[in-house]
Amino acid sequence: MTLLITLIPLLPLIGFIVLGLYGKKLSKGTVSFIACGSVLVSFLISVLAFIQIQKSDSHSLTIRLFDWISSGKLHVPFSFLVDPLSAIFLLIITGVGFLIHVYSVGYMHEDEGFARFFTYLNLFVFFMLLLVLGSNYLILFVGWEGVGLCSYLLIGFWFKNTAFNNAARKAFIMNRIGDLGFLLGIILIFITFGSTSYSEVFAQAKFFNPGRPVLTLITLFLFVGAMGKSAQIPLYTWLPDAMAGPTPVSALIHAATMVTAGIYMIARSNILYTMAPVSMEVVAVVGVLTSLFAASIGLFQNDIKKILAYSTVSQLGLMFLALGVGAFSTGVFHVMTHAFFKALLFLGAGSVIHAMSGEQDIRKMGGLKKFLPLTYITFLSGTLAISGIFPFAGFFSKDEILAKTFEHNTLLWILGSIASAMTAFYMFRLFYLTFFTDFRGSKEQEHHLHESPKSMTFPLIVLAVLSLIGGFVGVPKVFGMSHWLNGFLAPVFRDSEMKNLPEFSSQGTEVTLILLALSIAIGMIYFANQWYVKMGKRPMEEGDEMVPVQKLIYNKYYVDEFYELAITKPLNWLSDKFYRFLELRFVNVLVDAVGEGVDWGSRTLRLLQTGSIEFYLLIMVLSIALILFVW
Amino acid sequence: MQTLHNIPIHLYLILSSVLFAIGVFGVLLRRNAIIIFMCIELMLNAVNLLLVAFAAFLGDTQGQVFVFFIMAVAAAEVAVGLALLTMIYRNTGSVDIETLNKLKN
Repeated sequence: MTLLITLIPLLPLIGFIVLGLYGKKLSKGTVSFIACGSVLVSFLISVLAFIQIQKSDSHSLTIRLFDWISSGKLHVPFSFLVDPLSAIFLLIITGVGFLIHVYSVGYMHEDEGFARFFTYLNLFVFFMLLLVLGSNYLILFVGWEGVGLCSYLLIGFWFKNTAFNNAARKAFIMNRIGDLGFLLGIILIFITFGSTSYSEVFAQAKFFNPGRPVLTLITLFLFVGAMGKSAQIPLYTWLPDAMAGPTPVSALIHAATMVTAGIYMIARSNILYTMAPVSMEVVAVVGVLTSLFAASIGLFQNDIKKILAYSTVSQLGLMFLALGVGAFSTGVFHVMTHAFFKALLFLGAGSVIHAMSGEQDIRKMGGLKKFLPLTYITFLSGTLAISGIFPFAGFFSKDEILAKTFEHNTLLWILGSIASAMTAFYMFRLFYLTFFTDFRGSKEQEHHLHESPKSMTFPLIVLAVLSLIGGFVGVPKVFGMSHWLNGFLAPVFRDSEMKNLPEFSSQGTEVTLILLALSIAIGMIYFANQWYVKMGKRPMEEGDEMVPVQKLIYNKYYVDEFYELAITKPLNWLSDKFYRFLELRFVNVLVDAVGEGVDWGSRTLRLLQTGSIEFYLLIMVLSIALILFVW
Repeated sequence: MQTLHNIPIHLYLILSSVLFAIGVFGVLLRRNAIIIFMCIELMLNAVNLLLVAFAAFLGDTQGQVFVFFIMAVAAAEVAVGLALLTMIYRNTGSVDIETLNKLKN
């Protein structure tokens, strides 16, 4: 088992090395085989590991590979930890990752960077697996940085486009800000607990007094890291821009896996957060605000991928809300269902974009139902799932989040419900505008419309089925079934559950909440149907007059402009001043002086080299004599 | 053999010092490369003499072993050095070391 689990991250790494070194010389078939095959085998091993974990009594497996850092008091072994939490993530990453690899074979087929794309993709899978498998914060951090790097490389995959490069840089820099917080958190953990390994840190944290300032500080620092990686207010603006990358990248990295790393990290550190109630509140509030904020922006976007990006930010906000109210396993549940339906939606959008010859504006689509029947059906499944319609996956996880929030705080529940109502609306707005009524694009585009190849529709179908049935791993008790996922994850969250308030859950309330959420979602879908199909309304064009509020939201609340004005501009101004005064007047002069000094010195010393051998010999003999006598 | 043992050690020291000094001054003062070369050999042999003298004086064979090594190395050195000198002569038509300043400038 030890060797097998080591193979899980190792196979994608080998894939990366082979493709990176020989990718250009291999045929496309071989490249696809290596890339998809390595992830598929990882997935199969993950399934084995998952079964093993479920069967074993201890519910966890630690594999110590070697001592990584051993310096003074700091001892960091390079070891892997497989427990229910990481097993779930392993399945999501390798399973959804494999489907997206297969999809990419079709999607990227005409691209000249075919091999390079799969090289990066395999590297990403490796780092992501490292992130969830590591048994201490430092390995988590290595994976964390690695996926950030791959995200950068893949957003800027089409590097000839300056705007795409800028988007890549924006993502990297914003993540850097978060990473600083994360790093400070890790350092503080080491100072406080004398170790970075999960088992030791959590074992000690259990006995701390709840609300101790140092724990609050640690958890807030960690949360700053999560904000960057998982695109929460105020560090979310990179994610919509990250849509510059190829669509499979958006599905894999910016929807299903990497952006959920923040959720993983907080769920992993659940005991630290439980001991710091203030941080829990912060997480919940930031989560719900992000959810609401991003959902409202989604209402007026016209780029199919941007809408999905804002919806991802919004859904991530809901996950943080779940974590913040102490429902850790519910957060993980939503990560899982979200991975299914959001990957499906992105891949569906990719299929649409593929058919539309690269067009991403939903104002120019419409009536695609009859051209792309498979994409239409699967996309519908994803849209129903994200809107929270029974019995699709999103229904179970989202309602569980809202129910848990309701127990915790009514105001947060209202905000969360508004966000998910908006989600239902804008997702169906997108859906109706894309697939219903008449085609609005050019004649040429209409001529090209075609269903995507099999390698692209196969993952769509699998994900559509998962979006339909994925929620049944967490059926609430009201329905008379046991919540399997909660039971499975229980060992990881056991300590936190004990400290939390006992579950209140009056069944009547829960049923009411579910019916309320369901009717709101259906109402929103009906509304979207009336507005965009029956009445045939179209989104605003660029030049149209807008009401102030609409204009504010359409321009994404001017957050990017605000950052530009409040941070980028002052920084540039400061850099310019530093350049003019410090650099030119001081640093330059100093550096030049050193250079000129050396130059002058060499010129002078050069005269010693007369070229006369006798002179050299004399110097040599005298020097030897001097050394001998002075000794 | 016996007579050699009767010569006091300081005479050996003086002799080898004189030989060594002649070598050093020869290297410094002469310009003919062959003579400089011979002077270097002279210095080596001054050291050899010293080593042998001390070996005999202390009854320790290690010094003699050293001498054999030095002689072997010196022979190799002579082979290379003379080959170089031949080439220098062919190229410059002289063995005066003053002519060997072509790398300057």
